[in-house]
Amino acid sequence: MSQENPTFSNQTNKQAEGRAFRPSATLRARQDQAAQRAFFIFSLLPVLLILFVTVALFFRSWPIISEYGLSDLLFGEVWKPNNGQFGFWPFILGTFWVTAVGVILAVPACLLASIYLAEYAHNRTRSIAKPVLDLLAAIPPVVYGVWGLVAIVPFVDDKLAPLSDRWLGSFSIFSVNQPTGFNVLSAGIVLAVMVAPLIISVMYEIFSTVPNDLRHASLAVGATQWQTIRNIILPQVAPGILAAVVLGASRALGETIAVLMVVGNIPQIPTSIFDSAYPLPALIANNYGEMMSIPLYDAALLSAALVLLVVILIFNILSIIVLQRMTRKK
Amino acid sequence: MDSHIQVKNLNVYYGKQQALKNINIEIPKNQITTIMGPSGCGKTTLLKTFNRFFELTEDTSLTGEVLVDGKNIYDKDVDVTEVRKVVGLLAQRPSPLPMSIYENIAYGMHIHKMKKDRSEYKAAVRHYLEIAGLWDEVQKRLHDPATSLSIGQQQRLCLARGLAVEPEIILGDEPTSALDPISSQNIESRLIELKQQYTTVIVTHTLRQAKRLADYVIYMYLGEVIEAGPAKEVFSNPKHERTRQYLEGQF
Ligand SMILES: Nc1ncnc2c1ncn2[C@@H]1O[C@H](COP(=O)(O)OP(=O)(O)OP(=O)(O)O)[C@@H](O)[C@H]1O
Ligand SMILES: [Mg+2]
Repeated sequence: MSQENPTFSNQTNKQAEGRAFRPSATLRARQDQAAQRAFFIFSLLPVLLILFVTVALFFRSWPIISEYGLSDLLFGEVWKPNNGQFGFWPFILGTFWVTAVGVILAVPACLLASIYLAEYAHNRTRSIAKPVLDLLAAIPPVVYGVWGLVAIVPFVDDKLAPLSDRWLGSFSIFSVNQPTGFNVLSAGIVLAVMVAPLIISVMYEIFSTVPNDLRHASLAVGATQWQTIRNIILPQVAPGILAAVVLGASRALGETIAVLMVVGNIPQIPTSIFDSAYPLPALIANNYGEMMSIPLYDAALLSAALVLLVVILIFNILSIIVLQRMTRKK
Repeated sequence: MDSHIQVKNLNVYYGKQQALKNINIEIPKNQITTIMGPSGCGKTTLLKTFNRFFELTEDTSLTGEVLVDGKNIYDKDVDVTEVRKVVGLLAQRPSPLPMSIYENIAYGMHIHKMKKDRSEYKAAVRHYLEIAGLWDEVQKRLHDPATSLSIGQQQRLCLARGLAVEPEIILGDEPTSALDPISSQNIESRLIELKQQYTTVIVTHTLRQAKRLADYVIYMYLGEVIEAGPAKEVFSNPKHERTRQYLEGQF
């Protein structure tokens, strides 16, 4: 501010000096700004893309939404496109069942595995386990699907179904109503194995955000390692664990190929884990491009895609917010 | 001398690198011992062998014995949690557990199921907060998170938390180095008050603090104990040339 004062002659001198440097400084500043903007735009691209897809899906599904209303579509129980009946409810529940079974099977094992890796394992074990997890996550879904087809479906059909029928048959969710291994449980098992690497990696990261000082503070008063984990570490990481589960669930929700290979693809509302189901992604993948002469059929499938996208986006955004908060604390 | 900790032929390695070389010392009971020496000479390492924190670092090995009350804490049949209950640690940086002030003190007592009911825990929490000189400041906010305390208060909280499991020995690795002068002084006076009942071993970098606290002094250099003896003798008349240099160099 005082630099603006013209009465001091040395001040004007300084200004002159300053001016000599200013052009290059502003040029650099401008370049810097331009680079920043460019990177900002690039990082926005995925967001724009998602936005674009969402909006496009919305417009493409608008014909059927405006005709039937959203709630009739979502909660309608009959899927007979030829009769003009487009109820998503069986597919929504199918998705829910398959995802729920997958997550329920995966989470306890993943939690134990990540606790072991983060808290007990030697550095050497860790340095082997991490790349193995990345490798598992990189196996194409269709491979898991084939594995489910040749190993899990027969196993569920021959071994688990009779066992469950005998011991747990009185609980309706364990009763065996269909003579096939293509069912929710098979899909859930395949999904559990597929999402486990992701969940374990994220949980492991979460555990490593806990500072060692806390572990030492607990151990120093004579707590065992397990007491330390249970009383100090788990409460600290609980939100992050939940976020990891939600992230795994959203991956499971969208999983298509592996699931449709083993789930039976029957549009019914499952009542048991031994029932066949027909999740949304399988519906879309199996039918889009066929029977398009049926009125509103493609709008129906695209609105199914919209529903799936919105749910997965919400799941992802929630878990990413929590995870970022936690890792930033570190 | 009535010794509480005896170290016999202790050798300690990080991987292949030897950090402690043939240590033989005795630490007197119910006195304050200070460990001094230049950075990297192995003070922290030595302290960590006393409560078996040393083994939390991977790829380490140790030979020799550390006897507490005549019992080698590295014997196979020794329960490490018992060792750490008897040998408490006050860390360099205060590390309040992510829970309330009250729960921080009660934590160790709960772990060891030391009290019968709530009122006993309450009384004990108060008792140890008083000993640590923190009760007056926190009695109205016992259920606030411990992290809401100032750093100096946190360190006194950690002292109280350590004392609550009824240890016989208190280890401190530069326990005042993260604190302001007043808080440091506060911790020092607590340690002096407590020395009748506890054997205290403090690593310190400040000679003044050592002179204020120490009854017994251990001077280390490059992984070896160069000199150990009563504070008066070591400070006024060091036997070893290196100790003398260190004592003079500090001023
Ligand atoms: N985790 C570790 N892995 C490998 N070497 C270590 C490890 N911790 C300490 N050391 C080495 O052991 C030696 C003694 O370290 P220590 O921390 O005991 O020294 P110190 O006397 O406490 O030093 P300071 O006064 O700086 O705290 C040093 O040479 C150090 O490099
Ligand atoms: Mg040290």
